[in-house]
Amino acid sequence: MNIVYNRNKRKGGKMERVHYDEQADRFVVDLVKEDYAQLDEIVGRYCNKPGYLIPALKDAQSVFGFLPLEIQNYLSRGLRISPSHIYGVVTFYAFFTIVPRGQHVIRCCMGTACYVKGAAEIVRKVEDTLGIKVGETTKDLKFSLEVVRCVGACGLAPVIFIDDDVHGMLEPKKIENILAQY
Amino acid sequence: MKRSRSQVLLCSGTGCVASGSGVVKKALEEELVNRGLQGEIEVVLTGCNGFCALGPVMVAYPEGIFYVQVKPEDIPHLVEEHFLKGRPVERLMYKEPIKEARIPLMRDINFFKHQRLITLKNRGLIDPEKIDEYIARDGYAALSKALTSMSPEEVIQEVKKSGLRGRGGGGFPTGRKWEEVRKYDRFPKYTICNGDEGDPGAFMDRSVLEADPHSVIEGMIISAYAIEAHQGFIYVRAEYPLAIKRLEIALSQARDYGLLGNDILYSGFDFDVDIYPGAGAFVCGESTALMYSLEGRRGMPRIKPPRSAEAGLWGQPTNLNNVETFANVPPIILNGADWFASIGTEGSKGTKVFALTGAINNVGLVEVPMGTTLRTLVFDIGGGIPHKRQFKAAQMGGPSGGCVPTELLDTEIDFDSLTQAGAMMGSGGVVIMDERTCMVDTAKFFTEFSVGESCGKCVPCREGLKVMLDKLTEIVDGLGKEGDIEFLEKLGRHIQNTSHCGLGQTAANPVLSTIRYFRDEYKTHIEEKRCSALVCTKLIKFRVNKEECKMCGLCFKACPVGAITWEKKHPAEIDQTKCTKCKSCIQVCTFKAIE
Repeated sequence: MNIVYNRNKRKGGKMERVHYDEQADRFVVDLVKEDYAQLDEIVGRYCNKPGYLIPALKDAQSVFGFLPLEIQNYLSRGLRISPSHIYGVVTFYAFFTIVPRGQHVIRCCMGTACYVKGAAEIVRKVEDTLGIKVGETTKDLKFSLEVVRCVGACGLAPVIFIDDDVHGMLEPKKIENILAQY
Repeated sequence: MKRSRSQVLLCSGTGCVASGSGVVKKALEEELVNRGLQGEIEVVLTGCNGFCALGPVMVAYPEGIFYVQVKPEDIPHLVEEHFLKGRPVERLMYKEPIKEARIPLMRDINFFKHQRLITLKNRGLIDPEKIDEYIARDGYAALSKALTSMSPEEVIQEVKKSGLRGRGGGGFPTGRKWEEVRKYDRFPKYTICNGDEGDPGAFMDRSVLEADPHSVIEGMIISAYAIEAHQGFIYVRAEYPLAIKRLEIALSQARDYGLLGNDILYSGFDFDVDIYPGAGAFVCGESTALMYSLEGRRGMPRIKPPRSAEAGLWGQPTNLNNVETFANVPPIILNGADWFASIGTEGSKGTKVFALTGAINNVGLVEVPMGTTLRTLVFDIGGGIPHKRQFKAAQMGGPSGGCVPTELLDTEIDFDSLTQAGAMMGSGGVVIMDERTCMVDTAKFFTEFSVGESCGKCVPCREGLKVMLDKLTEIVDGLGKEGDIEFLEKLGRHIQNTSHCGLGQTAANPVLSTIRYFRDEYKTHIEEKRCSALVCTKLIKFRVNKEECKMCGLCFKACPVGAITWEKKHPAEIDQTKCTKCKSCIQVCTFKAIE
């Protein structure tokens, strides 16, 4: 159900304004009026709350799914926090990314319990199936692959999350079928 | 109030939701309507019951029959038999792993029998999204007792006398911490709840927040009253969306009831709590790092002193306790320090919640008195190791802890005994490992974790761990040399002695403790280039031992690349040119015939 919704969002949606800049060697985004309005609203929500940079960045990341320099700089002016400070925070926390994510984010748990139950082989299988490495996004921007620390679903180890769906008690051979559902 | 004939308590913790309790609930409600029982039988969604491995679990009251692994297909039968005809459905009851007998009642199951619940007293019994249910179980009674009949000093004395120690890992006496914060005459002061539970294999904080958020909030208000803080923060991992949602509901209900905000219970005391979702950094579980993170900065620990009790958040006196610690405060105030101090051991009072995971039959969340032996935890509550395998070690305390071997199974678990054994209480994650776990690989896994999560501020942790990881990688790749073990030990001690924060100081523990108890295993990796647990791929020959092979053909069927040839009554053979070393054959071989 939500798959259809996601596809529509991408087609002709704002993600089309995201592209790879060869010269700058990074993903850039062309911000337009509606994005600025959205970012202004986030700035308005947090500019009087000292210390709330992380929630602000979280909200800002939900606009495009990642935090390119364009967005960081715009927030910096609004929140009156130096760009270097913001860049420092963005690169410190695992939650933030400066690379766009695919339509579906696959998060493989590599916590102890999952590891003991063969999570490494699950990750390898996903990598092979999609032809990407951990931290990368497929060329068609469909899947991103991440490895996460314990998600606390140890009873179902090994587990992977695809968007908000949990797939537990996995074996490598189950992976292809699961990916095909998306 | 309308009363129903029977209640069904269906677990809706993250574990059970993932195994489908949402669909079960829908099926159950539909079936009850179909049968015209909707007014008589009430379905209540509770927080984590603790028995996550067998989810979704449900308990049908008043009989208290415990059903496990309930699927939507089972519901029509269950409703007809149990609720219409009054005959419990044996098929869905818990099956004891050794005798394979069905056990209908929760209290008779070993997993629950040996537990003593203080922190988790409401688990699986109340709907965490309804404050009234918490209040009905003596909720907020401790708060009203503290605010109306005790002075802040008396509250601190009570907590001090109870002997409660911080449940986040360090084990610092909670009462002393509060006293310290109270001493400083600078305002505002803050109280913070540390819910940045990052240890792999630990999920007790999440479970408490999901199953009983009000107990944590109540504990926070009491601590704020004791230290005269008027603002509190709960720092929760962003990975715990359900916990955040339930906390938000709990906070707004508490505000509606006048338990938060201005003039709490007409006592003239003001206090409110905000939720601050973390952004994924293990190091933010360290107190000073967490406070920097709350200030919107990079979460990097600083050198202490000054302690955060003196200069914490925004440089103000700050009290920081773990989720579980706060949840212990209301029972202490309500039942008195002596009651609490009567449970546990000399140096560690009360109970501790452990997350039991890994190679064990009953995976789940358990709460036992301090001083329970590891043997009780693993074999009585945990139900032993599956597939008749051997217990090898228990990893306790996550990346800051260590591995406790078989010889120490009878150790009574408390803060001090674990430190002595080279492990650590940590937040209480217990990962059980069987003979198929390679200790060198385990040490490498934790070192990899610590390398990835090191904040990079001080050299021993940032560089030392990296060198350690390189050395371990060499060993598992078969490039180990003589003297490597001694090198690792020396380096580990340096890291322990010279790192800034608690995380760095303990990051070498996994390596040091595995060397201490499993030195031989390191030696076989280095000298014989052999991994007896068959984990380290580069040390496996991928050859069939013809004497051990029972010619069953399982490996032949499992091989994804067709590298194994096998015929009936002939041992299998592996074609080395085709083999991709995927280990599928090793996983299926029941006779350990592949070397």
